[in-house]
Order: sequence, then C-alpha cells, then structure tokens
Amino acid sequence: MSMKDFSDSPFFRDPGPREQGDGHREPELNCAMNRREFAIGTGALTGAAAFKGPLHHFGPPAAAEETGAGTESKLVLALKINGENRRLHIDPRMTLLDLLREELGLTGTKKGCDHGQCGACTVLANGRRINSCLSFALVHEGEDITTVEGLARGDELHPMQVAFLEHDGFQCGYCTSGQICSAVALLQEHDRGDASFVTSDLNKAGAVELTPDEIRERMSGNICRCGAYPGIVAAVQMIREQKLGSKR
Amino acid sequence: MNPFTYERSAEIESAVTVIARSHSAKFLAGGTNLVDLMKNGVEKPDCLVDINRLALSKIEWLPDGGLRLGALARNADTANHPLVRKNYPLLSRAILSGASPQLRNLATNGGNLLQRTRCPYFMDAGSPQCNKRVPGSGCGALEGFHRTHAIFGANDKCVATHPSDMCVALAALDAMIRVRGPQGERAIPIAEFHRLPGDTPEIDTNLRKDELILSIDLPQSPYAEHSCYLKVRDRASYEFALISAAVALDMRGQTIHNARIALGGVSHKPWRCPEAETILLQQEVSASMFERAAATALAHAQPLKQNAFKVELARRAIVHALNNAGGLA
Repeated sequence: MSMKDFSDSPFFRDPGPREQGDGHREPELNCAMNRREFAIGTGALTGAAAFKGPLHHFGPPAAAEETGAGTESKLVLALKINGENRRLHIDPRMTLLDLLREELGLTGTKKGCDHGQCGACTVLANGRRINSCLSFALVHEGEDITTVEGLARGDELHPMQVAFLEHDGFQCGYCTSGQICSAVALLQEHDRGDASFVTSDLNKAGAVELTPDEIRERMSGNICRCGAYPGIVAAVQMIREQKLGSKR
Repeated sequence: MNPFTYERSAEIESAVTVIARSHSAKFLAGGTNLVDLMKNGVEKPDCLVDINRLALSKIEWLPDGGLRLGALARNADTANHPLVRKNYPLLSRAILSGASPQLRNLATNGGNLLQRTRCPYFMDAGSPQCNKRVPGSGCGALEGFHRTHAIFGANDKCVATHPSDMCVALAALDAMIRVRGPQGERAIPIAEFHRLPGDTPEIDTNLRKDELILSIDLPQSPYAEHSCYLKVRDRASYEFALISAAVALDMRGQTIHNARIALGGVSHKPWRCPEAETILLQQEVSASMFERAAATALAHAQPLKQNAFKVELARRAIVHALNNAGGLA
C-alpha cells in the first residue's frame, strides 16, 4: 500500500502534535477522518433519523460541540481502558482494535490478520479474552478493557510477561502481546473450571489437569509464525505451578 | 467498509420493530462472522441494531425437562454451563471444537445459528463468481477449488458448506429454535431452520428478515451417557471441519433404543442421517452394525472431483464416533 493510499484511510491521522489538535478539549481522543469518509458517514446518520421506538439513538451527539466541526458522523463511547475512564467520539465502523491503536496510541495490541484468524489483537473485555479486530468499539460501551499495556504495575511486569521472557516464549514478538493476554485469561478460565475440547471428562469434579495438550488447545487461538510454541507452553506451565505453589 | 447507522436496542419489541424498517438492517450480537463479512465487503448492512443488551442470555430448565439456551448466551458460557456439560455433553464438545477461546467468548448461540454458509469464493468479494454473494453470477467453486465443499444436497448453484459445529450437535439433539417477529413467536425445528441451496443459495435459513432468535430449546435428552462429537480437520485445532460426526445413542443394556447421527462439513446445512439411525434401532451394540449404519449414511453422497475423499472420511468418522459412544472404542 502506498503512502497515498494510506492517507485515504479513515484512520489516517495527521502526524502533527496531538496537543495542538485544532483546539479540541480532548485532542488525544479526536478521531481523524478525511473529507470523503466524513461525507459518507454524515449521509448514513441522516437515514437513521427515520427510526423510532424506545431505543438509545446515537444521532449527532450534543458532545460534538466538545470536539468542534467534523464530528457529526461520530458517536459517543464511554468505557474504561487499563483502569482509566475514557470518553470518545468515534465512527461506528471503528473496531476496538483500531480504537486502541489509532485513537489512543496503545500500539501494544497488534493487528495481524484483522479477520479473527491469528489472535494478535487479543485483549481482555471485562476480564474475557476476545479478538478486538472483530468487535466494533461501540459494542463495548461501559466495559472494562485491559490491553497488554495494562498488565504490568508500573515497572513491575505481570508474572506472565516474566514467564515469557524466562522461557523464550517469542522470537519476533509480533504475536506476543496477544499471546500474553490470552495466557492470562487461560489461567482465569482454568481456575473457574472451564473445559476444553481435549478435556477427557467434562463432569469430573475439580479442576482439569493443565497438561501440555490442554495448554496447546487453550492457546490455539493465538498463532505464532516463529514457532515459539514450546516456550509459550512452558511459560504458562510455570505460572500455573507458581499459583499452585502459593496455594499449598 | 460501507457506512451504517448504529442503534442500541434495549427491548426485544423495539429491536424487532427497528429491523423491519430497513431493507438491509441487521442485528449485531457477537459480530464474529458479520464484522468479518463487512470488512470483506460481502455484507453491506445500512443499519446495525446492537442487541447485546437484550435479556436473552439465560440458560435455564424448561417445565418439560428440556433446557433453554438464551440466544445471547455466549458460546463459551453455553459449552461450560454445568447443566449443558452434564446433560448435553455432545453440545459442549461440539461448541468447544469450534473456532478459538477468544471467538467463543464473543460469539452467541443465535449468531452461531446465523453464521453464513460459506466458501472461499463467497468470502472473496473480488472473485467474480458466487451465486450466494451475487445471485446469478455462477459458482466459482464448481470448476475451481472445491476440496472442502459439499457432498450432500448441493447443486450447480452452490456447493458451500455450513461451518458450524454447534449446529451439528443441535441437529442430532432435535433442538427447536424459538423466534419472535412482528406477528409474535414461533418455533422452528433445527432440521427446518437451515436451507439447502436450491435456486436461492443467497438465502441460508428460513428465518424471516424481521425475526429475532430468542432461544434454542433442547428437549429432555436420553443421550448424555453415550454420545461423541468427532471432528476431522486439516490442522489439530482452530480450523473448520472437513468432516464432523455428532452421534448419540440411547442404550438399554447393550441394546440401542434410539440413535442420532448428524454430519458437519458435508452440506449447505447440518446433515442428519435418518436411514442410518433407523438401522441401529433395537440392535445390540456391535462394530458390524456401526459399519452398516455408516455405509447407509453415505450411500447417496454426491462428491465433486476434488472431494471424493470426504465420502470415505465421513464413513470412517461415523464408525469411529459410534464405537466411541457405544463403548467399543
């Protein structure tokens, strides 16, 4: 894709400094949009005015005043990201992944296939791992989103991040943030007793033994082209054993 | 992606009213199939009605001993629900065999039913031929690549397969799909929910445009002790089925009182095998009976040039699954 093509993307942002974003009150949250996309979006909203009924209708928000001209096609979204409340004006077409990366600068979450086939975009929504590329951001109104940036506490890495480092759970690193978010959720799912397709007895009391086969199946939504799978399995096992140890 | 308006629906009634007012409006639940198709330019709704806030997420007993699965219960929660794991393990296993944990966390039961019957020619908006995507344009797969395509119920209009695992188990379990439209509620047997391509391959189901799925109702099941979901695919996980077999036996001692056999990856819809089921009735469990049933199930398969292997694969999958469910494996 040439630079010219890229500049035509609805998510293109002028590379100028954000704090000088045309006098917007929340400049870092401003969604860049070119004229063509803006015109199309505005037309679509006009059509929506025909709908009636007890619905939350997301017409041109009063909040548009906050961000000045050029926001008529955007809707208001309030959610919590990595512990911080955010209020944004976004195009309905924006996925959660693009919101994180293009609007909020949280580029730890990666865009791999953009079609739910690789898991690089995995984040936690209300604690559940999801593909952020296949989910429109507006669907997550009021939710609590955790990305890889939200796992560490200051300079102290999340134990799963430490385990990936110790066990070489990556090579190029592109899939790693998705792998780590996925692995964190895996252990929570396992703790509450979730089964997988390779679990032999669905009704046996107690937690399923987290064998390498179980870990591989439960991590199968995250593809690693470098083939760092043995290290990833070892990292998950290490944290699992640490947890078991702390319970003894 | 084409622009669309976004509505968030708070009540079932208003959701049904809004969807009826626009010719191309669609309900948005988990979005795992719809958003993908919108990115590809295959689906172009002018309005999305977000139904994620409707109160349709419960899984609860029915007075007649069956189980009601809310349309908006997530696939992951359904598969792991204690009542489903205990009473309908076939369904748990089928759901857990599909997609990935991340996708199952988003995907809903209603959305799983409504995912498009599809093939690579359908998914690629740049591909000139697909009767399902552009009615009347022809079928690119028929003379193209069709190794993974249908061996039952297809025609020269469309040879795509329905990709759901959940629906294959639902077919074996005789689920009823409860829906609500402007005229009120009705229930559609799972066998009549999805369609064969016929002359209108662009229509996957018999759900009307203005109807909303409320729940999947499972009848009381005698199959919890003896069932098996076997999935055969090109890689070990996170892949569609080349062939899947959902089998369930109601056994009294070693005698088969009732049997259910359904196949996935073979047709435009989940494929039940009633003749093969009948053969097993009142028979003692035996490997030879299972071989006979499987042969009967595949007797009328119509493979294409590149997918003839699926006939033998499906036959063996049924035998293997029956042996497993019947305690012979």
